[in-house]
Amino acid sequence: MLRIEDLTVAYGARRVLHAVSLEVEAGQVVALIGPNGSGKSTLVRAVSGVLPVLGGRVRTNGDDLLSLPPVQRARHLAVVPQAVSLPPAFSVWETVLMGRTPYLNFLGQVSLRDEEIARQALQKVEALELADRRVGELSGGEQQRVLLARALAQSTPILLLDEPTSNLDMHYQISFMETVRALAHQEHLAVLIALHDLNLAARYADRVALLQEGELKACGTPRQVLTAELISSAYHLPVQVVPHPFADTPLVLPEDRSV
Amino acid sequence: MSHRFLPYLWTSLFLLVAIVLSVAIGSVFIPLLSQLRLLADWLMRRPLPDSLQTFASIISAIRLPRTALVLLTGAALGGSGAADQGLFRNPLADPYLIGVASGAGLGAVLAMSLNWPYSFWGLMAVPLAAFCAALATVFVVYSLARLGKTVPTTNLILAGVAFGSFASALTSYLMLRSTGDLHRAIAWMLGGASQAGWSPVLAVLPFLAIGLGILVLSGHSLNLMQYGDDQAQQLGLHVTRARTVILVAASLTTAAAVSFSGIIGFIGLIVPHVMRLWFGADYRRLLPLSILSGAGALLLADVLARTLLAPQELPVGIITALAGAPFFLWVLRRTKNQGYW
Repeated sequence: MLRIEDLTVAYGARRVLHAVSLEVEAGQVVALIGPNGSGKSTLVRAVSGVLPVLGGRVRTNGDDLLSLPPVQRARHLAVVPQAVSLPPAFSVWETVLMGRTPYLNFLGQVSLRDEEIARQALQKVEALELADRRVGELSGGEQQRVLLARALAQSTPILLLDEPTSNLDMHYQISFMETVRALAHQEHLAVLIALHDLNLAARYADRVALLQEGELKACGTPRQVLTAELISSAYHLPVQVVPHPFADTPLVLPEDRSV
Repeated sequence: MSHRFLPYLWTSLFLLVAIVLSVAIGSVFIPLLSQLRLLADWLMRRPLPDSLQTFASIISAIRLPRTALVLLTGAALGGSGAADQGLFRNPLADPYLIGVASGAGLGAVLAMSLNWPYSFWGLMAVPLAAFCAALATVFVVYSLARLGKTVPTTNLILAGVAFGSFASALTSYLMLRSTGDLHRAIAWMLGGASQAGWSPVLAVLPFLAIGLGILVLSGHSLNLMQYGDDQAQQLGLHVTRARTVILVAASLTTAAAVSFSGIIGFIGLIVPHVMRLWFGADYRRLLPLSILSGAGALLLADVLARTLLAPQELPVGIITALAGAPFFLWVLRRTKNQGYW
């Protein structure tokens, strides 16, 4: 499980995260939502240890992740970034094997076991047949799957995803989110995923956390957080929330601003 | 399995051919058979036949030391070029573009203008001064390019080019003003291979062994850095530490090459690109391959430099630019492989 305690981050004098506390249980998908600039990506980067924090802790089973050296941290927590400007010349296989870095020596020598884990990771995201292709030849949806496989190859109990569906078409969005949810539930991963699309969050997350101007405004089930009142005020846009016609989740529909 | 070793086989063969040519060609031609015969006699510790005495003294006094120095220089340029491209994630980065080579050159000329004796330790001071100047250059360029906590590549290259020109200008000024061993400085400009004997070879060897040794072991770190600092660190790399180590090793290597061979462009830029086009982007392979073929390429250029206008010698830098640039463009045009970089 992942426990974020009072995390505060500032860029210069400007505070971009104010004492955010959030828990993600093992086997659970928590969606991080909020308007542009609300601090979603900052939270993901800070939790992954690449941003200096002003205060707060990130714990898993007692360890403070932020005080660990990068190698140790990478054994607890893996990050799936947006698939943009990836080095195109590496093959998919080479890319996924880089997920094994926290277990390799500095020469990066892989064992048969590392190769087996990488193979399984590719299989879990249904991308095994891409193994010999170059990353630069793949579509955005395929690249995003490869990055998910790379994170799975890290064999970590915690998975962070930073808006992985933003550049994907409808088909890839749904299949990607289905894969992430299935992995969380079957492999007992604690998954924190920053999402733009509120309806993807409603449909695939067990819990939803709403960030607004660097503060956590609400956290709970999709039904508790995705209310017309909370969403309208966070996004400065009138919305209606209706029952999804064929799923047991809320559906957020934006109105015209003039209404 | 075999295709993993094939690239090493090809580049080693290329280097071997270049070495044989470099030993064979000069004012006196020494055929391959005589070379082999001499090698066999030397290995078996047999006395030399009279017919080969001249060849033996030419090889041991002139050809071999020169071949060794050129080989080491080429290896250094190929290796540090590959490392710089990976480090800055930029296909244009090479020791000249980021200013390190010019900085090292300034250091070397400063040391030479102080009239050190032409002894082993005197020679040793040249790469040492070049290395200190190269590190200082990296530090200055890095600080100039820094924006807050990040160092954007564009800034780095702009700062590198600007500082490099400054250092080159200062070098030229020093060489013009020098009342001391101007002769040595001019010889250096033409490529240090015109310095005879084994002393320069021995003087660069320790710097190169350390620098290239570290670079060859840094392939995995460089692979990770291709994803950018955030991802590299999230994958478990201590990015700041790895970058510092590689930067120092690449500067050490560049300084060693520059201190006895002057300004030789293009090898550090082209060789890693050709290796990447032919054998893939994995830095664990790319670094040793660039070192091997950098050595081979510079040896061939040096052979041309010695023979084209014989008995006059051309600066080898002219050959690398004249032959290297068209060759590189030809390779680039032929490649259907999109996005090899």
